[in-house]
Amino acid sequence: MPARTEDKAAGHAAAVEALRDVPQVPGASKPDPILVVDHVSRQFGGLKAVDVAHMEIQRGAITALIGPNGAGKTTLFNLLTGFDKPDSGTWTFNDRSVAGQAPYRLARIGMVRTFQLTKALSRMSVMDNMLLGANGQSGERVLQALLPFIWRGQERANTSRALELLERFNLHEKLDDFAGSLSGGQRKLLEMARALMVSPEIVMLDEPMAGVNPALTQSLLGHIKNIREKGTTVLFVEHDMDMVHDISDWVIVMAQGQIIAEGPPDAVMKDEQVIEAYLGSRHGSALTDDGASLTPDAQGGNS
Amino acid sequence: MDYLQILSLTLTQAFGVTALIYLFAAIGLNVQFGYTGLLNFGQVAFVAAGAYAVGVIVLTFDLSLWLAIVVGMVVSTLLALLLGIPTLRLRADYLAIVTIAASELLRLLVRSIAFKDVFGGAQGLNGKLGRQFHDLNPLPADVALPVFTWSRQDLWVVIVGWGLALLATLLVWGLVRSPWGRVVKGIREDEAAVLSLGKNVFVYKLQALVIGGGIAAFGGILWAVAKQSVQPDTFQPDVTFFVYTILLLGGAARVFGPIVGSIIFWFLLAGFGELLYALINNGYIEFLAAQQVGSMRFMLMGLGLMLLMIFRPQGIFGDRRELALDAR
Ligand SMILES: Nc1ncnc2c1ncn2[C@@H]1O[C@H](COP(=O)(O)OP(=O)(O)OP(=O)(O)O)[C@@H](O)[C@H]1O
Ligand SMILES: [Mg+2]
Repeated sequence: MPARTEDKAAGHAAAVEALRDVPQVPGASKPDPILVVDHVSRQFGGLKAVDVAHMEIQRGAITALIGPNGAGKTTLFNLLTGFDKPDSGTWTFNDRSVAGQAPYRLARIGMVRTFQLTKALSRMSVMDNMLLGANGQSGERVLQALLPFIWRGQERANTSRALELLERFNLHEKLDDFAGSLSGGQRKLLEMARALMVSPEIVMLDEPMAGVNPALTQSLLGHIKNIREKGTTVLFVEHDMDMVHDISDWVIVMAQGQIIAEGPPDAVMKDEQVIEAYLGSRHGSALTDDGASLTPDAQGGNS
Repeated sequence: MDYLQILSLTLTQAFGVTALIYLFAAIGLNVQFGYTGLLNFGQVAFVAAGAYAVGVIVLTFDLSLWLAIVVGMVVSTLLALLLGIPTLRLRADYLAIVTIAASELLRLLVRSIAFKDVFGGAQGLNGKLGRQFHDLNPLPADVALPVFTWSRQDLWVVIVGWGLALLATLLVWGLVRSPWGRVVKGIREDEAAVLSLGKNVFVYKLQALVIGGGIAAFGGILWAVAKQSVQPDTFQPDVTFFVYTILLLGGAARVFGPIVGSIIFWFLLAGFGELLYALINNGYIEFLAAQQVGSMRFMLMGLGLMLLMIFRPQGIFGDRRELALDAR
């Protein structure tokens, strides 16, 4: 269907267009930022794990957050979503200051994250995992819970939405299984699908592809693009440069807690500083050659 | 040896007043530990709160038993909030430490000389605590049951007690099959995940603690009404551990787990006891004295539990598949 294909590309085209004139420098301001971070820092003992002076995330775009192991990506996620407290700093979501807010409040206003170490709720069915994501459920209030006629309709609507998502993520045959019985990759998928059940405005995925097989990665990339086409902003952490290159509209690079580079994927992956941060100074080649790239691990092993 | 009599005495205890008291505590613990994953090691404090509410209101202040029931619920709610608010934001083990300490603190408080006028000190409160309840007893004076050997008074307690226990079970069933139940089960599995999905985990944990504490306090109210006596030293920490045993025996996070668990627990405990007595009295066992039966039956009970854990670790009602998941 040509109309559909056009639609599919529309979000990408809009994002690229919007980001075209953004200067390719760390902390660059974006035309329509959904998330703006200022001077956020977090210290563990003597180690400054996160020290971000300024960061903006463009609404409706897919932004990749990359950086070597220990760069502080997960810690930044934890700080922004309220799972950890920064030593200093402020940030706004939709122009509203949300620093210091509890994680559940941030989730409710549309900022939802997944975890690097997957958190499937093992002794609950896949479907129950999904339904837990739906927000505004009246049956979750303790008194209304006892009166099923109040929440049954809502439950039905949520169930069909969950089924749709599970189908998209290839988990529909597992819906009655315990989540704990899923494979590692399937749990990643479940966690992403569950996050989407919250109907977020921005979804922050911490290494969504780790442990997912290549065949499924392709369809998963499709899902993530799809999320953007539906108007949801995506911020994700990923080590696989192929994937970053394939789907991101913008790339932010972190190293040692700081943002060291920003820009469209092509430009960033040729950036000397980025290559150095990833591979150490003795390596000279670009992270990707016209998209036919190597993961940093593989390249490091080759040389 | 009269086996029929042994069986009759055993069954009377398995379904009797004491079993019921533990059953309420176990139904409450099932909400807290079984479904929500809260490590409450002070369940006995909630039972004591209910029992002492009756003792203090009826005996010390000479007020109505019905008021005492309301007070019991209020006090158990306050206790849950007092224990929960400072600890439920912290790691799970804090609640465990605080609850076990609080339950002992409470026992020492009510038995202290300083509050003897209110709580009766070490002797506790003894008198016609359940008069208003027993006045309502509709049973004929010469009621006789086939197997059970309850007195008219106990039978009345047992009938009402089981009715209420089934109601409490119904309440738990209604809660855990609802979206509310889904949230608390999620909290048991992984708090952070539930938090990331927009649920106020702290409030749910507090609700579970209050509801479970309230149900346990009903056991305490029943205790005071049935035994017409409330004594501090019956509320030792081991009560809590028997309640855990009952819950795990029946299967945690199963609606009927507490009922099955408490019947089996008391059936075995009473059965071993009665059997040993009979064997000793009839001269079949000579190396034991009748006074040793009390502790011997706990040893046999322990052996029985070990066998259960080996051959059916998920409890009577549990799902073995769930246990297998923990190993992953
Ligand atoms: N709770 C903690 N206590 C102490 N140090 C921590 C803690 N969490 C993170 N760190 C340190 O902070 C640094 C950043 O860690 P973080 O997990 O954010 O890295 P990352 O960029 O997500 O790496 P990866 O790509 O390997 O996931 C690391 O050096 C790590 O050792
Ligand atoms: Mg990480």
